[in-house]
Amino acid sequence: MANADCIVIQGSNMAECHPVGFQWVAEAKARGARVIHVDPRFTRTSASADRHVPIRAGSDVVLLGALINHVLQNDLWFKEYVTSYTNAPFLISDDFKDTEDLDGLFSGYDPETGHYDRSSWAYKTDDDAGAEPEHGASASGRAEGESHGSGGPPVAKRPMRDDTLQDPRTVFQILKRHYSRYTPEMVQETCGVSVEDFEYLARSITENSGRDRTTCFAYAVGWTQHTLGAQFIRTASILQLLLGNMGRPGGGIMALRGHASIQGSTDIPTLFNILPGYLPMPTVDMETFQDYLDSIASKQQKGFWANADAYSVSLLKAWWGEASQPENNWAYDYIPRLTGPHGTYQTLEAMMRDEVEGYFILGQNPAVGSANGRMQRMGMSHLKWLVVRDLNMIESATWWKDGPEIASGEMRTEDIETEVFFFPAATHVEKSGTFTQTQRLLQWRHQAVTPPGDCQSELKFFHDLGQRIRAKLADSEDPRDRPLLDLTWDYPLHDDGDPSSEAVLAEINGRFLTGEDAGKPLSTFNQMKPDGSTSGGCWIYTGVYADGINHAADRMPGQEQDQIASKWGWAWPANRRILYNRASADPEGKPWSERKKLIWWDQDAGRWTGPDVPDFPVDRAPGTVPDPDAGGPAALAGDDPFIMQSDGKGWLFAPKGMVDGPLPAHYEAQESPVVNPLYPQQPSPTRELFPRGDNLTAPRYGQAGNEVYPYMFTTYRLTEQHTAGGMSRWLPYLAELQPEMFCEISAELAEERGLEPYGWATLVSPRAVIEAKVLVTDRVVSLDVAGRRIHQIGLPYHWGVGSDAVVTGDSANDLMGITLDPNVHIQESKVGMCDIRPGRRPRGEAATRLVSEYQQRAGLTVETGNERVTDPDLELRKEDPS
Amino acid sequence: MARFSFLEWPVVRQLRTADSTARSSATVSEHTRELTSRNATADRVVQSVCPYCAVGCGQKVYVKDEKVIQIEGDPDSPISRGRLCPKGAASEQLVNAPGRQYEVLYRAPRAKDWQKLDLEQAVEMVADRFLEARRNKWQDADDKGRRLNRTMGIAALGGATLDNEENYLIKKLFTAAGAIQIENQARI
Repeated sequence: MANADCIVIQGSNMAECHPVGFQWVAEAKARGARVIHVDPRFTRTSASADRHVPIRAGSDVVLLGALINHVLQNDLWFKEYVTSYTNAPFLISDDFKDTEDLDGLFSGYDPETGHYDRSSWAYKTDDDAGAEPEHGASASGRAEGESHGSGGPPVAKRPMRDDTLQDPRTVFQILKRHYSRYTPEMVQETCGVSVEDFEYLARSITENSGRDRTTCFAYAVGWTQHTLGAQFIRTASILQLLLGNMGRPGGGIMALRGHASIQGSTDIPTLFNILPGYLPMPTVDMETFQDYLDSIASKQQKGFWANADAYSVSLLKAWWGEASQPENNWAYDYIPRLTGPHGTYQTLEAMMRDEVEGYFILGQNPAVGSANGRMQRMGMSHLKWLVVRDLNMIESATWWKDGPEIASGEMRTEDIETEVFFFPAATHVEKSGTFTQTQRLLQWRHQAVTPPGDCQSELKFFHDLGQRIRAKLADSEDPRDRPLLDLTWDYPLHDDGDPSSEAVLAEINGRFLTGEDAGKPLSTFNQMKPDGSTSGGCWIYTGVYADGINHAADRMPGQEQDQIASKWGWAWPANRRILYNRASADPEGKPWSERKKLIWWDQDAGRWTGPDVPDFPVDRAPGTVPDPDAGGPAALAGDDPFIMQSDGKGWLFAPKGMVDGPLPAHYEAQESPVVNPLYPQQPSPTRELFPRGDNLTAPRYGQAGNEVYPYMFTTYRLTEQHTAGGMSRWLPYLAELQPEMFCEISAELAEERGLEPYGWATLVSPRAVIEAKVLVTDRVVSLDVAGRRIHQIGLPYHWGVGSDAVVTGDSANDLMGITLDPNVHIQESKVGMCDIRPGRRPRGEAATRLVSEYQQRAGLTVETGNERVTDPDLELRKEDPS
Repeated sequence: MARFSFLEWPVVRQLRTADSTARSSATVSEHTRELTSRNATADRVVQSVCPYCAVGCGQKVYVKDEKVIQIEGDPDSPISRGRLCPKGAASEQLVNAPGRQYEVLYRAPRAKDWQKLDLEQAVEMVADRFLEARRNKWQDADDKGRRLNRTMGIAALGGATLDNEENYLIKKLFTAAGAIQIENQARI
């Protein structure tokens, strides 16, 4: 970011939530970069920016789409980059129909399942080499999009193309038409952003993109927590590709993540739908290992995913060792199968149905931090047993005695059957191991002291639990126990009995199993083989333990290195710091400009070179035209910089991979104060719904009862607190700095509702009632949207109701409902509707009564707001295809 | 303590030295000179990484008598260049928080409060329950006879605050046990 000429921070309050990272924005600004903050609230990020652009929460696709339109209409796109490095010239199937043709839907929508048949979104080919596209319903079920955390899905090998970009079926022309209705006036109408602000933003990013200059975007959960969150990021990706800002210094789109190893816990996932290295978890229809491999990639496709067989076999060898043999498909059948989404919210519903007996909570606090807090706590009361492992006595461990439902009388402690175990955890300095930070950098932490009392690391606890489970099953003849008994679980122990985290890292890295190098660590995933001669627990991490050296612990001081600092920690893959950096050079391999030089082709040496590790086959010359029959890395042409994409190109149009549309289109949130100005289709037609009595939705604008919940609310974090508070509300320093729950409102709203500064307010949503202190501020502006005055309320979400923390308070997440993005199953928790009134909330049963009274007044039912398709003409059009 | 000397009176020092405005050496007593920072007394300094957000700021952990006495920013880190935010700067208190839990606690069904439980016994109880829940909600195949090999009786939540090595063991053990409902903060 320090190398950017313009930085747009949108969906993030970086200065307050990632303050130390923000020094690089400050540094860029000191060197002359322009910084723009787009956010509903004026924060310290806005204060340090050149301009703050206030926006209505949830309308970002309109603003970004209008920027795309501006770039295309005014011919401001980076011609050479776009024609060579993106799929702009590719042709799309004749069957594809856009939102322009279908009033806000794409072709293939099935109102029965609420999903798309994506076959019409495919590339147009003159052969039949393309993989059969998977139906959106099954792709959504396994959260397919996330398995592309390190690369794209397979597509037809030889799409037809038109390098003049004039054919109406080219991606370029489809894009142009799709965004033509995203005008500055539409931005003003939908986002509440003035035309003047829009023009400033458009001018800033286009003047600071091209050969000589780059623009960078940064976002956080302000973009992800929406029913079309993944599409927010896609819209920015399209814009950055058009401007030629991907794979270049000072370019890109920075995801500012909120936990120390949230990137690591996706790479090596404690997630239902993926295995380490973004290999998918198999679904029930992948009956054979070949079915599984075919679902990931074809051997014929371009790029490094074509070697998924080597990565998969190496993983199976790492887990099941000698029991993983060619005769049993490397123990593929030891892996359980998915039958649909089994994410945290689906699991919550399963708890409610008494289908889940035991639940482990490991350093997370869902009673406070997950949407619809009441449902979270009620769900836990259905468990037979609950294990909470944390540093502090968090609310997720004590809801059975001091939660809000105990106070309201909805639950009685003496009726709750759930057994609860609390295990104290070790802190980050009481164990050694790696965190992967937000730019894919693994950093080793050395152990400073041993854990006190009963405190244990997760490594110790789960290793021990695994040993006990295996011992109890030692005599079992049941085939279902074989995967546990055959599991490689013999990690060396330190003197204190803790398993060696370095040995685990070495297993993750992988090793040779046969030949003269047997036992030696792999240096790169290119050494992995599908024949059982290598093992490796997470292929993208291979190299972190190359030559038996823990490179995550590399610590050459920053001041002794260049800006890339490649000897501090280790970044996946292959210690590359900027992904797709082949795109930092032009098609001939020369840097786009001296100023933005990073990786270039050294003709004399016959290699790519530069300060970073080249993200490309190092000896593949720029003009290389591959053998048309080649597959995998060998099939990459000299101008295919996006080496993890199956066509080597950056995708303006996504023929696969997204379940809710090949191009981002704006839909309103599940709860919204306006009618969608873009299309007759109001919310995302593929959003994932939870129509339940304990998860009601406010009526859409224009429907009866909408006025009962007239105000928008959004949530955010504070510098001095951390997420649901488990690591901050127990620290006296931090508790004193941010002691209590509050709501930020404009003076206009305070006046309208008679709210006193520093007094109390009660907030009621269709799910819950909470109270908060009132902070009247001009940092939250009311906006003119769709001809109306829209008030937004800001709520930090760190507090929870309990009795152990230094500071407690009502939880903003209690107000939130559960409606999910269908790609990634993340909830929409940045936009909701509520009412606000002066005074404290009622206590006891009266609190529940107040929520019910609002629900009745608004006439809420489980159907309210949960229609998939809102265009009354859709059925008519279906019958009359003309 | 050095012997009292009239010459060491601050005002005399101020007059007899070049520091006539008393903003420098005249204000420094022997006591002040003998003071050292708490960190200088540490037995060792260990390199670590901040446990809060994902910026990954470098930390230096000062240990004395096997206790963490302070945690500060690591100037060598090319990411953070020695800086920490209020949370990172407070992380010594995360380790030594007055309310931190050090004991295993157990709440029996319908019980109104916690009771203490031996660590070994607690892990043994969890292992028994793990196997029972796994058995009770086991699914061999779906209604079309296709292989499932899984249990729906066990779920887990959390991982973004843990180490890669820990997440690796958790995912490995759960998958081998057939437990698929495993999630973390990345889904939020």
